[in-house]
Amino acid sequence: METLLNDFSPGLFVVSTILMLVLIALMVKFAWKPILESLNEREEGIQGALDAAEKAKIEMTNLQADNERLLQEARLERETMLKEARELKSNMIAEAESQAQEQANKMIVQAQEAIASEKKAAMAELKSHVAGLSLDIAEKVVRNELSNKDKQLQLVESMLAEATLN
Amino acid sequence: MKIVKQSFKFLVLAVLMFLPTSIFANDTAQDGGQISGKKQVEEYIVHHLKDSHDFNLFSYTNDSGERKHFGVALPVIVWTSQGLVTFMSSEFHHNDDGHVIVEKEGLKLAKIHSKIYELEKGATSVSFDAGHHATNAAKLLDFSITKSVVGVLLIGLLMLFWFSRLAKQYKKKQIPTGFGRILEPLVLYVRDEIARPNIGEKQYRKFTGYLLTVFFFIWILNLAGLTPLGFNVTGQLAVTACLAIFTLVIYTVSGNKDYWMHILWMPGVPIFVKPILAVIELVGAFIIKPFSLLVRLFANISAGHIVLMSLIAIMFTLKESLGVAGATGLSFVLSFFLLLIELLVAFLQAYIFTMLSALFIGMAVAEHDHDHDHEISSDVEDVRGDFI
Repeated sequence: METLLNDFSPGLFVVSTILMLVLIALMVKFAWKPILESLNEREEGIQGALDAAEKAKIEMTNLQADNERLLQEARLERETMLKEARELKSNMIAEAESQAQEQANKMIVQAQEAIASEKKAAMAELKSHVAGLSLDIAEKVVRNELSNKDKQLQLVESMLAEATLN
Repeated sequence: MKIVKQSFKFLVLAVLMFLPTSIFANDTAQDGGQISGKKQVEEYIVHHLKDSHDFNLFSYTNDSGERKHFGVALPVIVWTSQGLVTFMSSEFHHNDDGHVIVEKEGLKLAKIHSKIYELEKGATSVSFDAGHHATNAAKLLDFSITKSVVGVLLIGLLMLFWFSRLAKQYKKKQIPTGFGRILEPLVLYVRDEIARPNIGEKQYRKFTGYLLTVFFFIWILNLAGLTPLGFNVTGQLAVTACLAIFTLVIYTVSGNKDYWMHILWMPGVPIFVKPILAVIELVGAFIIKPFSLLVRLFANISAGHIVLMSLIAIMFTLKESLGVAGATGLSFVLSFFLLLIELLVAFLQAYIFTMLSALFIGMAVAEHDHDHDHEISSDVEDVRGDFI
């Protein structure tokens, strides 16, 4: 301990303190301050660039996702449109078919009705005709009866033949 | 290529510095002459560990038995009873045991073990007691430009040169080139691994300048101590004390309220313990912390120098038992490996000093998230608050 204290030089202590103070002041002013400032600036620059790149990347992925989504939507829309068209087509065909069927049925019914009414009319006419004819025949027969019995029979026979032919 | 050119420039500079060596190249001197015995080796090492008033590179004895020294004499500046006295150290003719008396302004000055003494009035030579202490001379306050001061100046200028160049490089480009590319990661290392984690994100900027200066100062001086220039600046108690006191002043001045509260009136302990803790904390803050800093650096570097020089001395001490080649080889191998370890120690001590400084500063400026209001009632409330 004594040698240590003996070795301690107060003069050197004072000199080195002064020198160190000057050195620290000079180093801070001319070296550390500008160096640390530049380093900070550079680090901030790098950080900024990295952040910007990251942001751009995220935007890019967003954009890609958007594109994908749009494409998907378009595809879906096309699909639905096609489906709708197909449905429309089949609907139309079915409708047309049913309409045609209906029309045809209607026409058939009308035709049948017409036939039936015609038939009725024909029957009625025939009936009236037959009735007239019968009356005529009866008149004639009656007349002939009154004149010639044979002739009257002949007439009836010929009339009947005619009627059968008719 | 540029680095090579620059180191060449530095070499030229170094050589130029030692050109005026002829000043005392022809001095006949009495420094003990050639070294051969164990005792001389020991004396030489002790002498080396001390600060020196001249920058001696090497000495040799020529054929005619004259002792020649190769180096530079440095100015001696001492505060005597007659005020400041300055002269060149060459006037002592390398004498270090008080036999050469230099007379200045009517004062008789002698150099004993690297210290300048002023003789009492009427005395013509230094007389010693049994313990080899001067009895009729007083030690002077010595402001000389000693070898350590030269080391501090040299390394200081070198640091200024290197780092101001690095600072200038940033004005033109983002990434430094040449030697700056080596310095930049070191600066970043100190900032990001020492200052930032120990002091904290908010405050570290204020102290980084000091920490960087201290780190490079200690490291480069430690490395300079391993060169044949033979600096032992960081092995001088005065220098390490100066550095430790800087750290002490910084953390004492910048300590916040919490820091002082923890020293003077420790929260969370019973009242009667508080004064005892205050004494312990005060001793810790003002004596133990700076002492741990200054003694660690001083002891590590001194020990390194002692062991390295002792291993080199194997060359002389084991010459007889191992032969010249054997002793030289052994010494060479051992000192080479120790040199490698010392290279590590040089960095490690700079790192530890800076690291501990940062830690002490960090402790003084740390902001506590929760206030230590450890009164019992409020403590219970706190605990309850935590659980609810």
